[in-house]
Amino acid sequence: MADKPKVAFYWCAACGGCEEAIVDLGEGLLEVAAAVEIVFWPVALDFKRRDIEQLADHSLAAAFVNGAIRTGEQEEMARLLSAKAQLLFAFGSCAHLGGIPGLANLFTSREVLATAYPPDNFPRHACRDNGHALELPELFDTVRPLDQVVPVDYYVPGCPPTPRIIQSALQALLSDTLPPRGSVLAPDVALCEECPRKDSRPPDLTVAAFHRPHQIVIDEEKCMLAQGILCLGPATRGGCEAPCIRGNMPCTGCFGPTSRVRDFGGKALSAVASVAADEAALEAIPDPVGAFYRYSLPASLLRRKKNGGDR
Amino acid sequence: MHDSVRVGVYVCHCGRNIEGTIDVREVAEYAATLPGVALARDYRYMCSDPGQELIRQDIRDQDLNRVVVAACSPCLHEKTFRHVLEQAGLNPYFFQMVNIREHASWVHEDRRAATVKAKDLIRAAVRRVRLHRPLERRQVSIHPDVLVVGGGIAGIHAALTLANSGKHVYLVEREPTIGGHMAQFDKTFPTLDCAACILTPKMTAVKMHPKITLWTLSEVARVEGYVGNYQVTVRRKPRYVLEDVCIGCLECIEACVYKQAKVPDAFNVGLSKRKPVYIPFPQAVPQVVVIDPETCIEFKSGRCKKTCVEVCADRKAIDFHQQEELKTIDVGAIILATGFQVFDGRRLPYYGYGAYPNVYTALEVERLVNAAGPTAGEIVMRDGRRPRSVGIVHCVGSRDVHTNAYCSRVCCMYSLKLAHLIKERTSAEVYNFYIDIRAPGKGFEEFYNRVAEEGTYLVRGKVADVYPADHDGRLMLQVEDTLLGMVRKIPVDMVVLATGLEPQADAQQVRRLFNISCSTEGFFLERHPKLAPVSTFTEGIFLAGCCQGPKDIPDSVAQAGAAAGEALALIDAGSIELEPNTAHVLAEACSGCKTCVPMCPYQAISFNETEKKAQINEVLCKGCGTCVAACPSGSIQQNLFEDDEIFEEIAGVLEYA
Repeated sequence: MADKPKVAFYWCAACGGCEEAIVDLGEGLLEVAAAVEIVFWPVALDFKRRDIEQLADHSLAAAFVNGAIRTGEQEEMARLLSAKAQLLFAFGSCAHLGGIPGLANLFTSREVLATAYPPDNFPRHACRDNGHALELPELFDTVRPLDQVVPVDYYVPGCPPTPRIIQSALQALLSDTLPPRGSVLAPDVALCEECPRKDSRPPDLTVAAFHRPHQIVIDEEKCMLAQGILCLGPATRGGCEAPCIRGNMPCTGCFGPTSRVRDFGGKALSAVASVAADEAALEAIPDPVGAFYRYSLPASLLRRKKNGGDR
Repeated sequence: MHDSVRVGVYVCHCGRNIEGTIDVREVAEYAATLPGVALARDYRYMCSDPGQELIRQDIRDQDLNRVVVAACSPCLHEKTFRHVLEQAGLNPYFFQMVNIREHASWVHEDRRAATVKAKDLIRAAVRRVRLHRPLERRQVSIHPDVLVVGGGIAGIHAALTLANSGKHVYLVEREPTIGGHMAQFDKTFPTLDCAACILTPKMTAVKMHPKITLWTLSEVARVEGYVGNYQVTVRRKPRYVLEDVCIGCLECIEACVYKQAKVPDAFNVGLSKRKPVYIPFPQAVPQVVVIDPETCIEFKSGRCKKTCVEVCADRKAIDFHQQEELKTIDVGAIILATGFQVFDGRRLPYYGYGAYPNVYTALEVERLVNAAGPTAGEIVMRDGRRPRSVGIVHCVGSRDVHTNAYCSRVCCMYSLKLAHLIKERTSAEVYNFYIDIRAPGKGFEEFYNRVAEEGTYLVRGKVADVYPADHDGRLMLQVEDTLLGMVRKIPVDMVVLATGLEPQADAQQVRRLFNISCSTEGFFLERHPKLAPVSTFTEGIFLAGCCQGPKDIPDSVAQAGAAAGEALALIDAGSIELEPNTAHVLAEACSGCKTCVPMCPYQAISFNETEKKAQINEVLCKGCGTCVAACPSGSIQQNLFEDDEIFEEIAGVLEYA
């Protein structure tokens, strides 16, 4: 038991889907559990923060952190795990690129809270109640991906990562065959490469009008873009085996960009603009930031809407 | 590589052009402090021989391996300085040019701010040039044949010049004959040479020349390839007459079942009629008749007696079954001499063209005064009268924002010429209504004085209206005489509209076909208005004559000669070096999404169906960067414009000093 590498799993600003993805490994999870010693996994096992704090620095072989960083507590945990682990894995889109919670960067934290709390009862970082000092983790104005807080060694992409991507990441870790640090553990080629509908895209595609998936009957054989469905496959890193396309839904870009692209949304937009017949076709795309930066706004060149706070 | 980088920075004064607004010494001193910079100098004229020698000397003595020159536009001197590096044994692409003249000194008045901006731009270049990689130019061979499109005087002159130097020329003309507009003119200004006398020998020379393949009734259908290696497909429309059998005896025209000519004759601008079988004009080249299937009874009903065939007898030159042909040729260079169209006078209804029969366009009058024209040179109006007074209206469709803002350049002079000819033939009183007389050519002012002395009335003012003066067909011209400062109404028998020159109606299609650009007014755009006036932005394609802008015959001929010279220089070099700033697909990274394929304006990208990946023909690539920006997965890179280089440059500009 003592020889087995120690690993930790943790979640930050996330929906829980990444945890679910690990559980979804099924029997594969048993193999993982046999090969490593899980020392921290709040969603499944009863460990406390002090269990980690007591460990020597670098005593964890790896820590897998999912979720974006948007509270003080998440930042503390990220720093703690970064110190204790030899390798830090950003697991899933939110840790990788900021994810869907990252769209909160279009607002300030006050604007976000105002959608749920009455103005006279805003949650505060610190307050006193009945003579007791109470403290809540600070809610930052800006949502950040993990690597904007601590150095990240590897990225496991996806919302959530697919079983094959998780398996191959774990295998690479256990067999010591990890690629250079900083790599995203998925092929560095866009999704079209492995798309079952690849051949149905005409070489001179022009899209006269974009439709949302519920607005038309989608042909199950034909390239999504060729049907006027906004599909970000051309801009999105492959390796997921196109489950959305196989489910007759377009790619929304959860695996993020290839290593050669610095701003996913900008590139995706430029690719879509290249096939759009005219500006009217582009203007008809609802919620452009949500469409093109759905998973990557905090990791984009602009990171957030300007009028926010310091971060 | 970074550690060993030694950048030399050179700040040019450009006389007072830069030094007048920018503290060049301060900029050079600042540049010397930048990371990687081994030395920085300022110098009066970097492009001069001593300036270039300075760089060569420093490369040798100071071991420089990168050079930044802050001077004028790279369009002017990037090549110069790259060559300097090459001479000193460095790869020429270890160079970056900073345009502190057009981008700083010329556009700012604030010396301090312009100096700071020059520093920012240089800092960006220094950061970028450190990442430059050595690049090699690609050599391609040049096919020695040339295509000339358009058989007007410009195309004819270009074709003859090339053919006389031994090059094989394909001359493609849309009409049944070569000659263009010049063939329609009577005399040419200012010398009053007979247009036909000077043009027809050249037309015949084209036909006779062993090095010229002349294709009339033909149009270019497709252009593929690149400089030195164009594959051009030409559509040869049927003439229904075998060109090499017909001897031009014209007996078939006489024999045609149409006893009267009934079809408006385009060559005479509709002032006369022709038959379905016709020859455009007596000196047409080729001297071969043509059958117009739109009006020929055999084509319309299939039941003509075919008297034309009968009279042709054993010669059997007429072939009603002739089909359109597609010919593909290989050429190394292309000269476009597609000419112009005349402004349509109907677009200005207040001048009454088309409404009043005695309003003529200048081209119609050219035909009327021409001895070979519909009236054998007699100036007779549509109502059969001879005019006793004629008003020539200048600038019709020119110099007016509502039609064409530009000056058509030839109208003043041809109007004076027509005034002279009309006066000579009819003794009519002739008025010229002008905004300004533009007579800047050789012998032009003298001709203007001559015509004025002959008694032509010159009225300075733009004609506002033309309307019937009485019931006898006379027309009233209303004009503000700006010299007298009063509105005048002048009755005349005949009004002549000096219609301007416009781009051909299909100039945009032709532009796309040949992958060149048009300027705002729609004429083909030259590469540089002063220094590359007959070149285009597409290598190996040159311009001659009015397709590039309005010009007179001497200028068209001069330009045609220049275009032929450029084509010869290209061909005789045997091969050409292509700039390496091209894009390439990272094959292992390409997902085969095809986004880039239709983006390329030069058709350089194709989709490899076996590999399922895009590929770029780097010989066709012009380095525009469109595909690089469009590629969604960043799998197309462009030499000299790699992301790292661009981001480094941006970071350099934004890093405040």
